[in-house]
Amino acid sequence: MARVLITVPRTARPGEVVEIRTLIQHPMETGYRPGASGELLPRGIVRRFVCTWNGEEVFRAELFPAVAANPFLSFTAVATESGTLAFTWAGDNGFAQTETRTITVAP
Amino acid sequence: MTAPQRRRLLVAAAATALAVGVAAAGERRSGSDDMAPETRAMQRDDTANPGMLWVQEGEALWDRPAGRAGTACSGCHGAAAASMRGVAARHPAYDAASGRPVDLAGRINQYREARQGAEPFAPESQELLALTTFVAHQSRGMPIATSDDPRLAPFRERGRRLFEERRGQLDLSCAQCHEDNAGRRLAGSVIPQGHPTGYPLYRLEWQDLGSLQRRLRGCMAGVRSEPYTYGAAEYIDLELFLMSRADGMPIETPAVRP
Amino acid sequence: MPSRREVLGAGAGLAAVVTVRPARATPERLEAAIREFAGEAAAEIRAGRVRIEVPPLVENGNAVPVTVNVESPMTATDFVRAIALFNERNPQPNVVTARLGPRAGRARIATRIRLATSQKLVALAEMSGGSVRSDSAEVVVTLAACVEG
Repeated sequence: MARVLITVPRTARPGEVVEIRTLIQHPMETGYRPGASGELLPRGIVRRFVCTWNGEEVFRAELFPAVAANPFLSFTAVATESGTLAFTWAGDNGFAQTETRTITVAP
Repeated sequence: MTAPQRRRLLVAAAATALAVGVAAAGERRSGSDDMAPETRAMQRDDTANPGMLWVQEGEALWDRPAGRAGTACSGCHGAAAASMRGVAARHPAYDAASGRPVDLAGRINQYREARQGAEPFAPESQELLALTTFVAHQSRGMPIATSDDPRLAPFRERGRRLFEERRGQLDLSCAQCHEDNAGRRLAGSVIPQGHPTGYPLYRLEWQDLGSLQRRLRGCMAGVRSEPYTYGAAEYIDLELFLMSRADGMPIETPAVRP
Repeated sequence: MPSRREVLGAGAGLAAVVTVRPARATPERLEAAIREFAGEAAAEIRAGRVRIEVPPLVENGNAVPVTVNVESPMTATDFVRAIALFNERNPQPNVVTARLGPRAGRARIATRIRLATSQKLVALAEMSGGSVRSDSAEVVVTLAACVEG
């Protein structure tokens, strides 16, 4: 389980645009870096990130090796109703991880 | 006072001033003062500072039972925010058992062996880095306050000599860059004064979090000298000197550096 | 009458400040990646409404903070469908491609990227109506002084 830092407000007003920041521990090995023996280390990156709000997709990103190690992603979403935000990272070597956070949306 | 006595006194005073160097000469600058604004912003923002991932890991390890005793750090020390506050600011500290200074990571491993009955963590291992970062983080914002225990004096002095000793194929000493030329540029980067205010830290160059020893090894490789092995006494003595030189500067762990 | 040294000195100062360079021919791969993203709209990409925020001078290319902001009401009928970031001189032209919609609220993404050397960044935004807008930015990348192997 990779360490994750997710920043989501605990509460929001309906219709408010909230900022979501995510950071996951992952080397994002590019496939262009030589190892100690001089051979290129094989690529191993996070390739997809999806955020859903009560199951509905609000943001998706395709990542390439040019994204820095321990990838940081910040985006926004409209607060519609209270519930669960789910964050899924997936990538090379079967890497897959989902984290959830709850949010209360009230006037 | 005779003329020769006065001359000796003046020379001694000048030598002391030179030896204290950057600390007395004027403004001391942490590496964060020399960084680009974006990198400073990355360090300041706990939601974006990659070092916080290791703090989180360390927090989990703090509560994890280990070893024959089956106790966690929290079992004896309780909440780290209270019990570990100020600890990093006082290390390296004198260790009576070994008769030498010990750094924070070494202290953690000592307790792991002695109190938890567990294998010490390997140097620069993820667990040791995470725990050290978590513990040091509890001192963030506090001024460095190395102990004035007189038994530390010979080791601090040895650290100072290591700092001033030329080494490697490039025949450079730490002091020549980080004392004599601090603030000037080398290959586009500002040479920092080299105060260990934020270790363990996330270095953009490493794309990873590492200890002061890792950084020292990098410098030694940079001047084409053979680095000492991890845990070597030389690193501890050097760290003791560097921390003393940085006395009063606030701890920034986990720092971010280019 | 300024001395040659004074004129050269002033020129060097100017060079350090000016970061927008005249458009140069983009390498083929960057062009191809842009075409692939823009599809039918590739021939009509126009600058504007997109803004790349990136420091003009970076002290380490391993983690460069970048933000791409696109002006858009983000309503059900007028929104940004996708934002794509490209580079000119890394081994691969793509950096990140984000898919959004009205649920995003704002067309703004921020991340940290790797830059192998000083180069140009290009950001494209595909609008719900089908058009594609763009922005570009030049970044100068310096390296750490003592590079470890």
